[in-house]
Amino acid sequence: MKLTLKIWRQKNAQDKGAMVDYQIDGIEPDMSFLEMLDVFNQDLMGKGGEPVAFDHDCREGICGMCSLYINGEAHGPDRGVTTCQLHMRMFKDGDTITIEPFRAAAFPVIKDLVVNRSAFDRIQHAGGFISVNTSGKTVDANAIPIKKEDADKAFDAASCIGCGACVATCKNSSAMLFVAAKVSQYALLPQGRLEATDRVLNMVAQMDAEGFGNCTNTGACEVECPKGISLENIARMNREYLSASLKG
Amino acid sequence: MAKSALLKSSIAKKVAMALSGIFLMLFLAQHFFINMTSVFSADTFNSISHFMGNNPLVQYVIQPILILGVIFHFIMGIVLELKNRSARPISYAKNNGAANSSWSSRNMIITGAVIFAFLGVHFYDFWFPEMVYKYVDVNPLNEARYFHELVAKFESPVRTALYSVSFILLSLHLWHGFNSSMQSVGFNNKYSVALHKLGYVFAIVVPFGFIFIALFHHFNH
Ligand code: HEM
Ligand code: SF4
Ligand code: FES
Repeated sequence: MKLTLKIWRQKNAQDKGAMVDYQIDGIEPDMSFLEMLDVFNQDLMGKGGEPVAFDHDCREGICGMCSLYINGEAHGPDRGVTTCQLHMRMFKDGDTITIEPFRAAAFPVIKDLVVNRSAFDRIQHAGGFISVNTSGKTVDANAIPIKKEDADKAFDAASCIGCGACVATCKNSSAMLFVAAKVSQYALLPQGRLEATDRVLNMVAQMDAEGFGNCTNTGACEVECPKGISLENIARMNREYLSASLKG
Repeated sequence: MAKSALLKSSIAKKVAMALSGIFLMLFLAQHFFINMTSVFSADTFNSISHFMGNNPLVQYVIQPILILGVIFHFIMGIVLELKNRSARPISYAKNNGAANSSWSSRNMIITGAVIFAFLGVHFYDFWFPEMVYKYVDVNPLNEARYFHELVAKFESPVRTALYSVSFILLSLHLWHGFNSSMQSVGFNNKYSVALHKLGYVFAIVVPFGFIFIALFHHFNH
């Protein structure tokens, strides 16, 4: 496959950055998108160019490290996949592919296509955990009976990999889907209920402090989320937040 | 938690937006039913209008609440829009919004702004003359005047067209707005599919019903 790539190049956080056009040949349809970028970078370095920086780690859709806004969509045109799971067969020979970093005030660009998503870490630190005694007297989680339906919903919410595609996709750069997934995974389980009130209040406060926008329920996040996190979680977080505010 | 923190939170703003929107939809529904009577019976329309125009509860309590409701919803909409724009200072070179969301959901501020402009026209057409008639010129009560005033307004093809276009945008606003408001207040469960359908029915029936009323009087005066 022969492709034209339009890639965002930015030397560092201070640099203004710009889109740059490149040509690439010899891409196989079976390559993953990141393999295509590897081949591209090899080629670029051979010509004495600076390789394009992009994030990746597991390359199997579980770590949430890869990102990229490809042809106007987070993780590209395929559904239910991360960029590392996106294949070049989704594109045609001769295509032009626009590759941009995830864009949000709360996700500043570090270099080229790499953005700083530590705002998500700070939201997690604000409450995305349960406090357990690790002295050895911990109750086995399986000893507590949990309704199957709730366990399934908690598990679905827990499958969020924190990639940030929801923020990148949302026209308001809202982080509601991510935060809702983290709030829900605990809210649905008895172990999480003990700290539920503080958790939702603190996580939402941190989310707002990071400068994410307000959700207007366009539903774009749910469509682009590689893990299919449902909007139901956002409604649950809204309920949790309202009842926590009235209690607190 | 301090109440001030609650009021500043993004979720509280969403909920306030939703509740004011639902309140405006309730108003719209009653306005729709009253106007519909004008198609069937001039007398019914006159007597209801007379009641609404002279009942102190409607005039001095409900009407000011309604006006405040519109202003609140409008200002909150602008506040949210500005906040949301600032959350993405550099926009995408290429963005495919249509791949994942509806036009109406992405353009609430545009459909809302048109509705707001329409409300200006609508106040100028009906509300100001009515206020002047009642409270400035202090004309005697006349229960029979409303129907003729209404029909006279829709003689103009320009006004009829302007109203119709505005109602189409209102329809788009409500197409997303009602379902959005349910999600904002946290209502998303097994009844939601049915409720969403009801929302779509409202978003079609009420605005297009208004268009029907405008066209009806335009062609039947
Ligand atoms: C005065 C002009 C108006 C403006 C500027 C305006 C603007 C907006 C904006 C910006 C939103 C937020 C977008 C969102 O959350 O998706 C919104 C939501 C909404 N609007 Fe309006 N609007 C106006 C009039 C109306 C009217 C007349 C009605 C009903 C008859 C209405 C009903 C709604 C509803 C139900 C929502 C959904 C609330 C939610 O998202 O939770 N709006 N409006
Ligand atoms: S909700 Fe989905 S899109 Fe958002 S961070 Fe989690 S996995 Fe990524
Ligand atoms: S690199 Fe780990 S999810 Fe893509």
